[in-house]
Amino acid sequence: MAYKDEKLDEEKVFKDPVHRYVHVRDQVIWDLIGTPEFQRLRRVRQLGTTYLTFHGAEHSRFNHSLGVYEIVRRILLNFEGRPDWNNDERLLCLCAALLHDLGHGPFSHSFEKVFKLDHEDFTKKIILGDTHVNEILKRVDLEFPQKVADVINKTYEDKLVVSLISSQIDADRMDYLQRDAYFTGVSYGHFDMERILRVMRPVEDQVVIKESGMHAVEDYIMSRYQMYWQVYFHPVTRSAEVILSKILHRAKHLYEQNYKFDFEPTHFISFFEGDVNLEDYLRLDESVVLFYFQMWADEKDSIISDLCVRFTNRQLFKYVEFNPNLQMKEWMELYSLFRDVGMDPEYYLVVDSSSDLPYDFYRPGEEEERLPIHLLMPNQDLRELSRESDIVEAISGKKRTDHKLYFPLDFVEALPDDSEAKARILEILNS
Amino acid sequence: MLANHAKLMKFFSASEEVVGRKKLQKMIYILKKCGVPYDEKYEFHFYGPYSEELTLRIEELCNLGFISEVKEDKSNYYQYRYGMTQQGEEFLNHSQVELPPIEDKIEKMKEKSSRFLELVSTMLYFDDLTKAEIEEKIQVVKKKSNYTSKDLEEAWQFIEQIQH
Repeated sequence: MAYKDEKLDEEKVFKDPVHRYVHVRDQVIWDLIGTPEFQRLRRVRQLGTTYLTFHGAEHSRFNHSLGVYEIVRRILLNFEGRPDWNNDERLLCLCAALLHDLGHGPFSHSFEKVFKLDHEDFTKKIILGDTHVNEILKRVDLEFPQKVADVINKTYEDKLVVSLISSQIDADRMDYLQRDAYFTGVSYGHFDMERILRVMRPVEDQVVIKESGMHAVEDYIMSRYQMYWQVYFHPVTRSAEVILSKILHRAKHLYEQNYKFDFEPTHFISFFEGDVNLEDYLRLDESVVLFYFQMWADEKDSIISDLCVRFTNRQLFKYVEFNPNLQMKEWMELYSLFRDVGMDPEYYLVVDSSSDLPYDFYRPGEEEERLPIHLLMPNQDLRELSRESDIVEAISGKKRTDHKLYFPLDFVEALPDDSEAKARILEILNS
Repeated sequence: MLANHAKLMKFFSASEEVVGRKKLQKMIYILKKCGVPYDEKYEFHFYGPYSEELTLRIEELCNLGFISEVKEDKSNYYQYRYGMTQQGEEFLNHSQVELPPIEDKIEKMKEKSSRFLELVSTMLYFDDLTKAEIEEKIQVVKKKSNYTSKDLEEAWQFIEQIQH
């Protein structure tokens, strides 16, 4: 029997708090889960620094990847035998679902921004490079690794396959919303996924939703909207993210200045030099990063030491609402005041905008800008969701962005009471 | 402060007016591929390279009153028209962000249709492949767009002009 068709003697199951069970019968899937590259995902949290706000949010990208695989597996059971669906693509879909986040690094949002990296590039490199994952995929077919990479990169020829893994209503989002809600403990993020899976239909090159399932999709969109503001953009998480980014910036800056670290940043050197190879990338997980932060807390450089203590002990920056348009002059004044009192504003005065986090809620856009969610009407026409649903239309048009100014209030308060700068800083921040 | 926003404001300052979100998305992507340091992350979507971050940042600039967005109903879809406001100009004046010259490139792109810019940006997305492989890839990922060999030739010339 060809490797691609090999089945396990008995179905394996993973107990899962969101989907109850994740079912595996394909030998290929079982083998992929066992690779070091996939197991590494256990050591990368799904929500980065969110655990500092919601202490339950310790779940990993491993859990999520299994969840996405399970959702796609269930969707495909529903698709079997339907027109427009080619079941020969089944294993490709399952592999792409399982491996779609393979290239995520530790705290990947901050790492990507600071070191100008792209986790999608690393996903591709792991799938196509000299890795255990690549070995397994090649056993299916020599062209198979490239196909899996193309699906994840959204450049595969069959767009229907792509849209299962990546579209406005895909297995990825359906899993992370429910999983993140479960682990953070919030009461948002729930929707009737079983219903959505039942009303999904393959139509030509996209997955659409039967019109009768519109209300289930409304619930899903609302859940995205609420999770976005209640969890993903939580201001405390953003504070931790700000400090994390500043630690990485500072460490890179010190390295470039030939600073002599007491604890050599061996794992980071290729990151600092902008030349990260796959081996180095895979060696760096969140446990390693947190270990460095503990060590750097004792560095003689007062900035990196302070920032690492803050991150490790959760002594985060405070924040105030900030409007960069109306408060432009105050910003410039604060910047000078911070510098004057010895708090480097490059590290201690940070404006953070909500869009700096990589989650989105539903935006229909204009024609041919991006693929919207389409409803399949009883007469077989397709209609864009927000044209049919008042609820979705209402939140699609609703613009809400958020800017906050982060700073170490403890440092400001520790300035001498007779300091004019202190009085003025507090006056601006409290205004 | 808001360096990424300021870089985008430089674009609006140089372009005066941009019609269509898709066109805007592709223009920024093409500039990025010309070495202009825009940090917005792009992924490949149904209609070529697309950046969710850019969408969000544009939304923020609108909310801040730095750019204006006019929504026009085209019966089957909406179209958006963007321009810089007085407040946006003031913000840009306070900003210390520097970019390489982009005016000529923007002029060249403004003359082109969004369909053409979609082709150009898609070709640039695959710029790690050979010319023949890129053309083959276009036929795979843009099957429905029916780009002709003449379109491809024109796009290659355009890329040559704009990148040099």
